[in-house]
Amino acid sequence: MRRALAVALMGLLAFGLAAAPQALAAQPQVQISDVEDEVMCPVCGTLLELADSPQARREKALVRRLIDEGKSKEEVKDELVVQYGDDVLAVPGGSGFDLSAYLVPAIALLIAVVSLAFGVWRWRRDGDSRSGPPSSGTPDDGDAARLDADIARYDL
Amino acid sequence: MGTRSFLAFLGVCAVIALLAFGLLSKGSATIEVGDKAPDKVLPALEGGGRGSLAEYRGSWVLVNLWASWCEPCRDEAPALEDFYRANRDRDFVVLGINVQDNSEDARAFVGEFRPTYPQLRSVGDERSEAYGSTGVPENFLVNPRGKLALIQRGPVDEQFLREYVDPLIDGGRG
Repeated sequence: MRRALAVALMGLLAFGLAAAPQALAAQPQVQISDVEDEVMCPVCGTLLELADSPQARREKALVRRLIDEGKSKEEVKDELVVQYGDDVLAVPGGSGFDLSAYLVPAIALLIAVVSLAFGVWRWRRDGDSRSGPPSSGTPDDGDAARLDADIARYDL
Repeated sequence: MGTRSFLAFLGVCAVIALLAFGLLSKGSATIEVGDKAPDKVLPALEGGGRGSLAEYRGSWVLVNLWASWCEPCRDEAPALEDFYRANRDRDFVVLGINVQDNSEDARAFVGEFRPTYPQLRSVGDERSEAYGSTGVPENFLVNPRGKLALIQRGPVDEQFLREYVDPLIDGGRG
């Protein structure tokens, strides 16, 4: 009896191990929304998730089918590029004019940082020169005359 | 003008030039009757191989830009096929170019309407932009010398083909 129970348990375990990968494979790994917010409806010029044109509906059906086939997000996007061209990607590509989408902000940031550093350096240099030791000695004749005039005016 | 102002001016000019380049490089072409018809070697929609407008030099060609998701394209498909069958012995051919579509849907469309004229496929908007197209379907009659003889930015039907295309083909070499 105990032996029969052990055999039955082992059989169940073996079946479970065999069935698990299939169950995992049947589970879509990518959500449609994960793809639709990263690709465009090329005809509408908007994100696919926001589009509801006839072309967008066919594109969504293609995305759904590719996901059902077990394709990863990158594989789905690659297939969309094959079918609709580079314009289908919502994120600009890394070559040609699209590269400027990455380069321009980076260059602007670099210029801003350099300008800021230069400004701070100049501000500190000017501050240092202004906060130097006060000049010693008596006021010159002009200053003395102006001081006398001010004292006389305010009756001090 | 000080050095700082000059540098700022240069920076503004660079940004404007970049924006202008971006806009111009993405823009569609403008074409008119009498212009040379845009052409490019494209893959055939079915059966492998490639094709282009140049292969039909010496014949009248009605270039038809279409997509499977476009209802007017479905409406005009039978008229195009009928007109092609009736006129293919007069040095006339319809050249379908599938645009803005995925190949599986496009092949399903061809399976449904069974056009006997050649079909090419253009990925994305590339051919649409070459023809200055704003949508689908659009039709362009190209004369035997490769120049545009008629532009119809919209669907065609049997009446349009009879009234506008037929007389041009009848006129000879354009």
